[in-house]
Amino acid sequence: MFEYAPAPESRAVVDIKPSYGLFIDGAFVDPADGTSFKTINPASEEVLAEIAEAGAADVDRAVAAARKAYTKVWSRMPGRDRAKYLYRIARIIQERGREIAVLESLDNGKPIRESRDVDIPLVAAHFFYYAGWADKLDHAGFGPAPRPLGVAAQVIPWNFPLLMLAWKIAPALAAGNTVVLKPAETTPLTALLFAEICQQADLPPGVVNIVTGAGETGRALVEHGDVNKIAFTGSTEVGKAIARSVAGSRKKVTLELGGKAANVVFEDAPIDQAVEGIVNGIFFNQGHVCCAGSRLLVQESVYEPVLASLKRRMARLRVGDPLDKNTDIGAINSAAQLDRIRTLSDIGGEEGAERWSPPCDLPDHGFWFAPTIFTGVTQAHRIAREEIFGPVLSVLTFRTPAEAVEKANNTPYGLSAGVWTDKGSRILWMADRLRAGVVWANTFNKFDPTSPFGGYKESGYGREGGRHGLEAYLDV
Amino acid sequence: MSDARVSVRKTYKLFIGGKFPRSESGRSYLAQDANVALASRKDVRDAVVAARAAVKGWSGATAYNRGQILYRVAEMLEGRRDQFTGLGLPAAEVDEAIDRWVWYAGWSDKISQVYGGANPVAGPYFNLSSPEPTGVVGVVTPPSFLGLVSVLAPIIVTGNTAVVLTAREAPLAAVTLAEVLATSDLPGGVVNILTGDPAETAPWLAAHMDVNAIDLAGVTDTDLATSLEVAAAGNLKRIVRPPAKAANWSDDPGLTRLTAFLETKTVWHPKGI
Amino acid sequence: MLGTRSIKTTAKAWAIDLAIRMVDLTTLEGADTPGKVRALCAKARRPDPADPTCPPVAAICVYPAMVPVAVEALAGSGIHTASVATAFPSGQAPLEVKLADTRAAVAAGADEIDMVINRGAFLAGRYLEVYEEIAAVKQACGPAHLKVILENGELATYDNVRRASWIGMLAGGDFIKTSTGKVPVAATLPVTLVMLEAVRDFRDLTGRQVGVKPAGGIRTTKDAVKYLVLVNETAGDDWLDPDWFRFGASTLLNDLLMQRTKLTTGVYAGPDYFTLD
Repeated sequence: MFEYAPAPESRAVVDIKPSYGLFIDGAFVDPADGTSFKTINPASEEVLAEIAEAGAADVDRAVAAARKAYTKVWSRMPGRDRAKYLYRIARIIQERGREIAVLESLDNGKPIRESRDVDIPLVAAHFFYYAGWADKLDHAGFGPAPRPLGVAAQVIPWNFPLLMLAWKIAPALAAGNTVVLKPAETTPLTALLFAEICQQADLPPGVVNIVTGAGETGRALVEHGDVNKIAFTGSTEVGKAIARSVAGSRKKVTLELGGKAANVVFEDAPIDQAVEGIVNGIFFNQGHVCCAGSRLLVQESVYEPVLASLKRRMARLRVGDPLDKNTDIGAINSAAQLDRIRTLSDIGGEEGAERWSPPCDLPDHGFWFAPTIFTGVTQAHRIAREEIFGPVLSVLTFRTPAEAVEKANNTPYGLSAGVWTDKGSRILWMADRLRAGVVWANTFNKFDPTSPFGGYKESGYGREGGRHGLEAYLDV
Repeated sequence: MSDARVSVRKTYKLFIGGKFPRSESGRSYLAQDANVALASRKDVRDAVVAARAAVKGWSGATAYNRGQILYRVAEMLEGRRDQFTGLGLPAAEVDEAIDRWVWYAGWSDKISQVYGGANPVAGPYFNLSSPEPTGVVGVVTPPSFLGLVSVLAPIIVTGNTAVVLTAREAPLAAVTLAEVLATSDLPGGVVNILTGDPAETAPWLAAHMDVNAIDLAGVTDTDLATSLEVAAAGNLKRIVRPPAKAANWSDDPGLTRLTAFLETKTVWHPKGI
Repeated sequence: MLGTRSIKTTAKAWAIDLAIRMVDLTTLEGADTPGKVRALCAKARRPDPADPTCPPVAAICVYPAMVPVAVEALAGSGIHTASVATAFPSGQAPLEVKLADTRAAVAAGADEIDMVINRGAFLAGRYLEVYEEIAAVKQACGPAHLKVILENGELATYDNVRRASWIGMLAGGDFIKTSTGKVPVAATLPVTLVMLEAVRDFRDLTGRQVGVKPAGGIRTTKDAVKYLVLVNETAGDDWLDPDWFRFGASTLLNDLLMQRTKLTTGVYAGPDYFTLD
């Protein structure tokens, strides 16, 4: 049998310190009460570093630093100069791309192929894109001389750690705000590396502050009385809690939350391309993607060939060492997430759906879940309604375009959707009717800094990316 | 004995789904020297059903058609100026309200061009962002007639439908506006107007899981505003908070209220041969 | 008068759950496919996936060709598989065809048969022919329960509905059902009242209890509750049971679920939170 040579990326390019403090006012500092937690490599369960846990006092310090930097430095700086700092950051990210990609894969478990070719290039592109807006805000369509909001509190998830940081920090800084950002507790390392990059770029102290910690740290940040803006990416449940907690305040909020996207395959779709899109839609980043195409809606007339093709393709997916360049599917990010995926998958089986995975050897250590599909799923199954956030695809069928739209929209979420058909007029007809913020037609999971991203309904509000993304950080 | 004619008085009712029903509760209250329907939570429920049913047709109508209908509202309002001044409204305010309808009517087929557009993504893809209506919008309107028009017109011009809770103390101009809307080719259910006490009905509207957004323009009680915002978080409604300082509805409205009830949809497609 | 009975809180919650348990969840379209029927069966088992306390429905009602799919999808659930038969909905076929249709559905696993009476014969005054057909179909049913559809919309008068009800019961029907849902006038409260009086009187006379199934046009919880009140006050509470009273419906179920959620959460629900299968 044909064997690929293992092609592991070298870990030597990263220099992980034994422990990290909080990044406040331009320097790494110890937390007030000295508590910490560990971040591990989910592919091996090896401890990577000890991370400071920020309490309310530390959050307060960080917000104060951000306020001071906002008032005294950043809001007064000409846009032209803010732009140059952002360009510097973009360049450093490009230069250190390999190092950042390896660190991201180590801490998150995602395949190096993705962190190297998708995440990190998009991070650099995001800073490059928004850098250019910093001195052009008068022309962004929000009236003359739009004002920044002040201090932005930003809380991001673990699925695209540095990319989500870029989505938050780049537009905030371009618009003239300062930020306090909390990375997810399981993936803090690239955010802390970003703090070093800010130092390297000589970004004025306090413009970017990074506070590490878990839910309590996030709550302290979001509920802090001196922040003007909240940007959150994460679960719909936490999003609702944030929406409640800001009631009656003047804080501006944008929320990018869960999804249960339909990926609709019509009978005239090019099946092989559609199968690539289905695989990319649900197995990209282990399915840890809020806009993942987790509900496959196949027209009944092509159900058999699509399923056969999909299974054949899945059997070629390589699950394993995230640092191996041959790897398609890496490790599940945490034990807790693996539990959730297992629980919902078990429910899928109990509710009568048929489960299938290709034969695949999973490593002994670390958190792993084989790519899985459920057939015989209907809208009344929990695996068709709840976000699993893992490499698990629910397959449903439909008869007519109208029924496809009805089922695709029959969810409280509305983040993304996919359509596969050869017919242009049908694509546009579907795109008009799908209630989702992003519609990928004959493609899936494409992202770009110029392209607004965000949801309808319970998938949240506000847009990130593009000109629209500026609105979240301007007083308009 | 006087030979003065005994006038025929008007009964002020609700406006739901294009019809003028009394409150299902059978209640009324005295406001501006008239008996006015006192809407109940079940009227809110019925109004949301009517508004939801109207979404498909109204959001699916062409922007040109919506613009024509809003302009027709302005025409009908102009023709009924006297009814509004007869309620004690200053003529200047009525005129401004008419002009506001005209201003928003023109936005129907322009907002997509101003607020959407092509995105130059780094790859061989067609990529287009367009604004779409969010769906059913609940609104607590200010007592000012110009304020009512200034919050209602931007909601519906883009294809949303509205459930309007009028200020308790000033319902008559709103009901009279309903008569204008009913004769302006506006499809039934696009605007539903409930008179009564928003403090009673707004919590039901804010918590309703089939309402997409809520505008608290007319809520002056800060505790009520906070509780409505909390209730609205139940399904993550888009929220417009009450103005920070007393609003001057004569100011240039800008685009804020138009865009507050729009979603941006971005469509990708590969380019190739 | 019956529409004005006040049903609140606990009684309402009970009535809603009872109504859910009485639903014959129905799809009778030329466009029915195995996928559509399987989806409906999943919904029958778990009408509200988010709430395990929500009871399943009474039965799935499909065309004979879809019976095997439904039987397989409902295996072990205790939910009945009802099949329409006898050249539904018109009934305009030779008796042999109707009997073959019935036997095929039963052989495929249907344990309830919804037959249509011969309205042509009925309106022409050939009541015996109507009776004998029903009796023959009953025999063809074997162990399966027989529901006799009167199609009141075509019978035109209450007198005819009463007469057809008695013929259906005398010929051995286990249920009498208002309508096919395929003609403009479907279930109405007055017609159902006539039928409930008939089953009440029939039991008084013969000791045998026959069920009633209004079908078509019942879309809201408010409607369903009115029917339950009618049952309670006409036939009595022996009929307030899924074995003796059913709703033939499809869209009714989601309204029942939304009202059920309204009672538990205290806020009005929205259709996005309920499945459309």
